[in-house]
Amino acid sequence: MEIVLETPLSKPSEGSAGITGYWRTFKPVINKSKCVKCLLCWIYCPEGTVIRINDDVDINYTYCKGCGICANECPTKAIDMVLEE
Amino acid sequence: MRIVLTGNHAVAYAALLSRVEVVAAYPITPQTQIVEKLAEFIEGGRLKARYIRVESEHSAMAAIIGASAAGARTFTATASHGLTYMNEMVFWAGNARLPIVMAIVCRALAPPWNIWTEHTDILAQRDTGWIQFFCEDNQEVLDTVIQAFRIAEDDRVLLPVMVGLDAFILSHTATPIDVPDQEDVDRFLPPRKPLPFILDVNNPLTHSNMTYPDQTMEFRYRLQKAMERARRVIVEVDEEYGRLTGRRYGGLLDCYKCEDADLGVIIMGSSAGDAKEAVDKLRDEGYKPGVVRIRVFRPFPKEELKEICGKFKAIAVIDRDLSPGLGGILHAETLASIYDLRSRPVVQNCIAGLGGRDIRVEDFKLIIKELYRGIEENIEIPPIRWIGVKGE
Amino acid sequence: MSLKIKDLPTEEYWLPGNPSCHGCPASLGLRLLTKALGPKTIVVIPACCSTIIQGAYPKTSAKFPILNIAFAASAAAASGIAETLEFKCKEDVNVVVWAGDGGTVDIGLQALSGAAERNENIIYVCYDNEAYMNTGIQRSGSTPYGAWTTTTVTGKKEHKKNLPLIMAAHRIPYVATASVAYPIDFIAKLRKASKIYGMKYIHLHSPCPTGWRFPSSKTVEIGRLAVLTGTWILYEVENGVFKLNPPSNTLIDKNRRKPVKNYIKMQGRFSHLTDEDIDELQIYVDEQWEIYLKLLSVGKIY
Repeated sequence: MEIVLETPLSKPSEGSAGITGYWRTFKPVINKSKCVKCLLCWIYCPEGTVIRINDDVDINYTYCKGCGICANECPTKAIDMVLEE
Repeated sequence: MRIVLTGNHAVAYAALLSRVEVVAAYPITPQTQIVEKLAEFIEGGRLKARYIRVESEHSAMAAIIGASAAGARTFTATASHGLTYMNEMVFWAGNARLPIVMAIVCRALAPPWNIWTEHTDILAQRDTGWIQFFCEDNQEVLDTVIQAFRIAEDDRVLLPVMVGLDAFILSHTATPIDVPDQEDVDRFLPPRKPLPFILDVNNPLTHSNMTYPDQTMEFRYRLQKAMERARRVIVEVDEEYGRLTGRRYGGLLDCYKCEDADLGVIIMGSSAGDAKEAVDKLRDEGYKPGVVRIRVFRPFPKEELKEICGKFKAIAVIDRDLSPGLGGILHAETLASIYDLRSRPVVQNCIAGLGGRDIRVEDFKLIIKELYRGIEENIEIPPIRWIGVKGE
Repeated sequence: MSLKIKDLPTEEYWLPGNPSCHGCPASLGLRLLTKALGPKTIVVIPACCSTIIQGAYPKTSAKFPILNIAFAASAAAASGIAETLEFKCKEDVNVVVWAGDGGTVDIGLQALSGAAERNENIIYVCYDNEAYMNTGIQRSGSTPYGAWTTTTVTGKKEHKKNLPLIMAAHRIPYVATASVAYPIDFIAKLRKASKIYGMKYIHLHSPCPTGWRFPSSKTVEIGRLAVLTGTWILYEVENGVFKLNPPSNTLIDKNRRKPVKNYIKMQGRFSHLTDEDIDELQIYVDEQWEIYLKLLSVGKIY
C-alpha cells in the first residue's frame, strides 16, 4: 500500500500552472550593453524567471509572465517590454 | 497496579502510559481533570511531553494537527461546545489521516447550558472520518485510550480515534482500576512511525494544496477503505490487549447474554450497565432479553449487529442523543444495518437520558417488558418513545 | 545592514510557472522568504492566495515543506510543529507562518494572539495585500480607509487595524514591518528573526495589482511609494525597543515625505476619492507619524 497517497501530498515542480510563458502579452528583452549587473531585476522578479548566472541575467521565457516589473525597476532602462508576436 | 481513579484521571493515566509527546488542550467541564492531571504529569517530569496551553479548542485541534504532521504522538480532550467549536479541525484531522487520539466527555449542547451526559456532541462528529468508541466503565476508558493509539497508528488504519466517556457518570466517579505496567504498555504500543507523512526538510512535500474533482474522490474512497480495514484491526487489537491484561471487550460490540436472547437492547455508553442489571432481573422473572452494547460507533458494526439481531423478535434501541427531525441516531443506523434480514425484528427507538436525566434500571425493565407484551398480545408498538418525559 | 543583493543565494526554492497573477507580491515574498531562510524551513499556510499559488495536486511550486491548514488555524498549527521539533531536538529548522491579512488580522487573530502570549518559537509573516484577495477582493480588517473592495463598494469607512502594534503589545521578542519593495530589509529582518528564540512577527506590505487596480509592472514602485510617502513605515520593535529603519528613519520631517496623493493616485481602488478625501488621508498619515515618533522618544516600550 503506497502510504504517501492516503492523503494529498504534492511534489515540487516547475510549471505547476503549466507553461506560464503563454500568459504574456509583452516580453522583457534585456539590452546587455546597457545592463550594469545591479541584479535588481533578478531580486524583484516575482516569478524567479530572471535567471542569474554569476552577475549576468537572462530571461526564462518558458515561465516569464511578462509582468514588466523588471523593466520598470531597471535603473538604466536596459529592459524593453516588447509586444509578443 | 490497582488505583481508585475517576474516568477523567483514567484517561490521563492512559495518555501517560501511551507516552504521548504533545498535548494541546483547552479546559471545559467535565473534561478539566484530564488536562489538569496531564499538566501535573508533564510539569512534574513524570511524562516527557510538550503541553501547549492553547487559547481555544479550535486551536487545540489545529496545534495537534501540526504536531502530528511533524511526527509527534498527540493527544487532546474536550466535550460538548469545545467539540463543536473544534468541528472544522476535526474534519481536517480525519481527512488528513493523522493518528490523533482524543477523549470526549460526552456532554449536552446548549441552549440550555447543561453539563451532564448526552451523546449528541460526539455523534455529531460521526461524518468526520474519526473512529469512535463509547465506554461503559472507567476500566474500559483506560484500556480503550491505550488501544486507541495502537489502532490509530496501525498502517492499515491511519485514522484519528475519539474515545467517549459519559459526563459525570464516568468522568467524575471514582472506581478501582487495574493500571497496566509501563513495560507492558511499551510492548503493546511501539513508538509512532512517520505515517501517513512527516513534514521533513530533507524531503519537501506540500500537504493538501488545491486538488481538483478528478483527483479528490480517490482520497475519500481510501478513507472509507481505511475504516473498513479498521474493523479487523480493532478486533485484533482488543484480542492482543486481552492476552496482555486479561481484559477484552468484544471488539466492536459487547454482547451480554445475547446467545439465547430473543429480545435485544441496543445501547451505548455507561447506562449499558443499568441495562445489564435490568436484563439480569428480568431473566430471574423468566424473560430472555440480552444487551448489545455498541462499543465502536465508527466504523459502524453493521454486519455484526445484523447477525445478532437476526435472532431477536424485537429490539429496543436506546438513544441518549437526538437528531431533531429524525429521532435517535443509533436507531437510524441500526435500522440500516438490519435492513437486509429476511425476517426483521420489531424495532422501538427509546430516546432517554438527554441532558443527563437518569435512566434507571426500572426504566429498562419497563421498556423491555412492554416490548414483550406488545409482541405477545400483538398490539401496536410505538416506533419511538421518550422515556420519562413529562407531558409525553 | 551590510547585506548586498550579490550576496544573496541564487538557488530558487519558490519555483516559476506557478498560478500567481502577473506581478504578484506574495510570489515575490515567498521567493525572498526562502532566500533569507534557506530550505530548512517548514511553512504553514492558511487559506489565502498563497494556498492557490502553490499550484494543484500532485504538483507544488515549493521546494520546502508546506502544511496547508484551515483559515483560522495557522498560528496554532505552527505552534504544534514548533513544539514537536523542540521535543525531537530539531532546533535548526525554521517554523514559519506565511499568512495573508485575512488569516492574520481577522479570522486568524485569536490563534495568533494565543501563540504570541505563549511566546511560541515561530516566525509569523503576514503578507498584507489589504483585502481578502483569494476570494475576490473583499474587505478585511487590514483594508485601508477609503479603499474600494467588492464589499466596500463606496470605499471602506474604517481605518486599517494596526497589527504590528497589537503584536508589540504582546511583548514578544521581535516585531517588524517590511515591504516587498525593500527586499534586502525584509531578508535581513527574517534572518535576524531566525536567530531569536520565541515569537517573531513581520508584517510585509504587499501591493496587489489585481486587487488595488494598477498595472502589474508597478508592484515594487507602489510599494516604494508607500514607504516614501510615509503611508507605510518600516520599523522594528526588538525586545521592546522601537526603531525606525531606512528609509523611514529619514522621513521624520514631514516635508521630506512625498505627498500621500502620489501614492493614492496610482491605484484604481482609490479612484473615487475626492481631493478632500485625499487631504484627510494626508492628515491621518501625519497623525500616525506623531504617534510613532512618541514611541521612538520613549525608547523601550516594554
